Amino acid sequence: MKPARGNCSSRRIISPLLAVLAASFTLPAAASPPQKKSNEEVLVLPGEIGHPGGRLVVALRAEPKTLNPLIAADSPSREVIGAMQAELVHINRATQLTEPALAKSWKISPDRLRYTLVLRRGLQFSDGHPLNVDDVLFTFRVYLDEHVHAPQRDLLIFDGKPLTVRKVDSQTILFELPKPYGVAERLFDGLAILPRHLLEKPYEEGRIAQLGALTMPPHQWAGLGPFRLKEYVAGQRLVLERNAYYWKTDEKGNRLPYLDELVFLFVPSADAQVLRFQSGETDVISRLGAENFSVLSRQQGDYTMVDGGAGLEYNFLFFNLNDATEKTPAEMVQKQKWFREGKFRQAVSAAVDRDAIVRLVYQGRGAPLWGLVTPGNRRWQDEKLPHPARSLERARALLKEAGFSWTTASNGESALTDSGGKPVEFSIITSSSNADRAKMAALVQDDLKQLGMRVQVVPLEFRSLLDRVTQTREYDACILGIASFDADPNSDINVWLSSGGTHLWNPSQAHPATAWEAEIDRLIDEQMYALTFEQRKKLYDRAQELLWEYQPMIFLASPDILTGAKKSVGNFRPAVLEPYVLWNVDQLYLKNNAVNASR
Amino acid sequence: MSGRRAVSGWLLLLVALHALVLFAGFFAPYDPTEQDRKSPYLPPMRLHFVDNQGGVHARPFVFRLKLREGSFDQYEEDRTRALPLKFMVRGASYRLLGLLPIHLHLFGAESERIYLLGSDAYGRDQLSRFLYGGRVSLFAGLLGAGVTVLFGLCVGAAAGYYGGWRDDLLMRVAELFLALPWLYLLFALRAFLPLAVSPLEAFLLIVAVLGAVGWARPARLVRGVVLSAKERDFVRAARGFGATDAYLLRRHILPATSSVLLTQAALLVPQFILAEMTLSFLGLGVPEPVPSWGNLLSSLQQYSVLVSYWWMYLPALIMLPFFLGYLGLGSELQERTEPYKIGS
Repeated sequence: MKPARGNCSSRRIISPLLAVLAASFTLPAAASPPQKKSNEEVLVLPGEIGHPGGRLVVALRAEPKTLNPLIAADSPSREVIGAMQAELVHINRATQLTEPALAKSWKISPDRLRYTLVLRRGLQFSDGHPLNVDDVLFTFRVYLDEHVHAPQRDLLIFDGKPLTVRKVDSQTILFELPKPYGVAERLFDGLAILPRHLLEKPYEEGRIAQLGALTMPPHQWAGLGPFRLKEYVAGQRLVLERNAYYWKTDEKGNRLPYLDELVFLFVPSADAQVLRFQSGETDVISRLGAENFSVLSRQQGDYTMVDGGAGLEYNFLFFNLNDATEKTPAEMVQKQKWFREGKFRQAVSAAVDRDAIVRLVYQGRGAPLWGLVTPGNRRWQDEKLPHPARSLERARALLKEAGFSWTTASNGESALTDSGGKPVEFSIITSSSNADRAKMAALVQDDLKQLGMRVQVVPLEFRSLLDRVTQTREYDACILGIASFDADPNSDINVWLSSGGTHLWNPSQAHPATAWEAEIDRLIDEQMYALTFEQRKKLYDRAQELLWEYQPMIFLASPDILTGAKKSVGNFRPAVLEPYVLWNVDQLYLKNNAVNASR
Repeated sequence: MSGRRAVSGWLLLLVALHALVLFAGFFAPYDPTEQDRKSPYLPPMRLHFVDNQGGVHARPFVFRLKLREGSFDQYEEDRTRALPLKFMVRGASYRLLGLLPIHLHLFGAESERIYLLGSDAYGRDQLSRFLYGGRVSLFAGLLGAGVTVLFGLCVGAAAGYYGGWRDDLLMRVAELFLALPWLYLLFALRAFLPLAVSPLEAFLLIVAVLGAVGWARPARLVRGVVLSAKERDFVRAARGFGATDAYLLRRHILPATSSVLLTQAALLVPQFILAEMTLSFLGLGVPEPVPSWGNLLSSLQQYSVLVSYWWMYLPALIMLPFFLGYLGLGSELQERTEPYKIGS
């Protein structure tokens, strides 16, 4: 046993060394071309000056499905693509405001219909090919092409009409919108500019959506982000290497990124990620649960743990409010009579102990929620939204008003019955892989028991849960969570709109089922084209108040963004927007690393 | 004679342990589903006999636990507040043997809850949950073993006594059941049931699955005993005198299987308790908040619980005497009946 283990560990020491050696032999060749050209307009980033070199290892929950921004929908893919691609205008994850990226400046016409963007001069893709206006035109042609089915397409269509893109001169592009758009230049964040020289031919042959597999040879893929593809080992890791043509420098003129390599390890479970981080195999960790966070904080290793404060994730309980069809079982129709009663939902909301959820599920590292916009979203939070404390009396009064009454059951407990004398019993489904939400469900179950409701909690595998909620619609109630990817509430538009696929209590409606849903649709639609932030905020506040009044979603709590990094990682400044840790990966560096000394 | 004494010793231990669980309402200080949301993951309170001033008390007492400054899950003893342990106190209502409503508990404390085995994520008393949880787990084990042994006896006796194609058929079916991947069988069964099952339904499902899976082994053992028993001289003689099949089975053959069956039962009970725990551990057993031993241990699936809250292991430790009792009884029974074994 012993010799084997010794053998193994020595091999483990050797292999990173080999990798580092290999990297230092190959890199100079790759790094040689970018002599700073006189006409190159780089972006200078303020911040701590780091050392070049080294590799940063990060764990991913799952293998990314693709590197192609046109088809990526899963979060591991988005995280990897974020490190390989760049957009015209970028949302700074720390300030939550827009800042210039590939476009060095932009102008918006007074009628807010025309956006004029000026590209940086002298930029190159990660394979050395120069970037020009034609790449941008090509990119938007592909995004807008119906046959490509890019998820970004919906964002570029306004009232059924697409935005148009025109070349003004060799560095200037003009975007024309059919209607004014409240989100303004934030629109461009997340729209990666694609390399025309690599993709035009496949696009014309109609196979652009098949590109971007992780197994493809690295030289067939290029982007404008800080890293480019180096190696993929199925089931184990994805290795990205430094893009020597990247267009940002630090204040001393050192070209970013500092790191030579960015390694994504595939580690499927949250607990396994904690173990890898503890043993030093990974350098940073994010998406931590509160309990694991306190384990890591308590153990005082050579890492820093950061509680970034409230994030944008909202967890909520909702009831099945789908329209009954002839296939709906009679029992379900009966239960929906309760669920459709606004006072019933309000009573449930009043009985839920949100503070206990924050304390017991998040160990105090979270915030109770009464609306969709979380406290982490400072600009958009509605201060006027009521924050009533838990009150069983009010819940009972509401139920009484709605015609419910209590009887004493055979076991001595009081049971809630509806006006027809049927006892109120239903089940709540939750994802079995999410311990936090299972705990929330257990707490809600106990809260509602005190109202005399008999609630069962059913943990389900996540995919079959989603299938029940959005496809078969066979469930009573469900606890789910959604993390907004941007501070602008338009990122949750599919939750708001009755036609949206994540309008979970009754998704993808042809026509709004209720008057208040129609009103929310109208408010959201109106804010899309409102001109100022204040106008939009007012409309969003009204929509949130409607949600509060009718309680189709009973908001529970929002967890803090909990992250950690080895003390040797410099410029580690986690944000509350995704990607929490890697948003400034171009500035991350390793303090006193060995490779640096040899240079 | 010493063998007999050993058997009764093990039996006595088992009876005492089962009484603890059967009268869980009396021995447990609290309702096992009651959440105390101010005290999640409270470590076990230590019983003290010596107070701060060095005075010795005959009545044990505990100190209240309070959160350590700036922490969400680390507690320390508040040595200014002693809570003396009170015996025969009034507390939460329960029904003795499911019938008599009673308020009396063996012990408790005034005004505050005490946790001798600590509390879980929701501030539920682990001791109460262990005792109540034993009802589900032990009862599932006993019932499952009973069903199995009875069914095994019938099938084994029929196969062994009648022989021929009946024997072949029954034994091939038994082999089929032995080869069945029972965990997957349960997954499949669970998929056919409605989404939410009540605790009672879940319990019956567990017993049914345990019974369905377990009968094959005792059936084969019984068949072997019956095969040899029916060829013995006194059985042949009785048959010669015109005894019917039913008489022969009842009077001469089945009594010969009793020792094998008793031993089997004693060995099967702990196995089935473990099986119930496995199911509950995987979330297929009785649903929360009803406690069962498997549910108690399932929180150990989380790494943070595993390294932070050592008292969550305690239920596993306290289960040991139950298993030891059954296994000890089983081996004693086997030894005691050895001399009378058929064919020796």
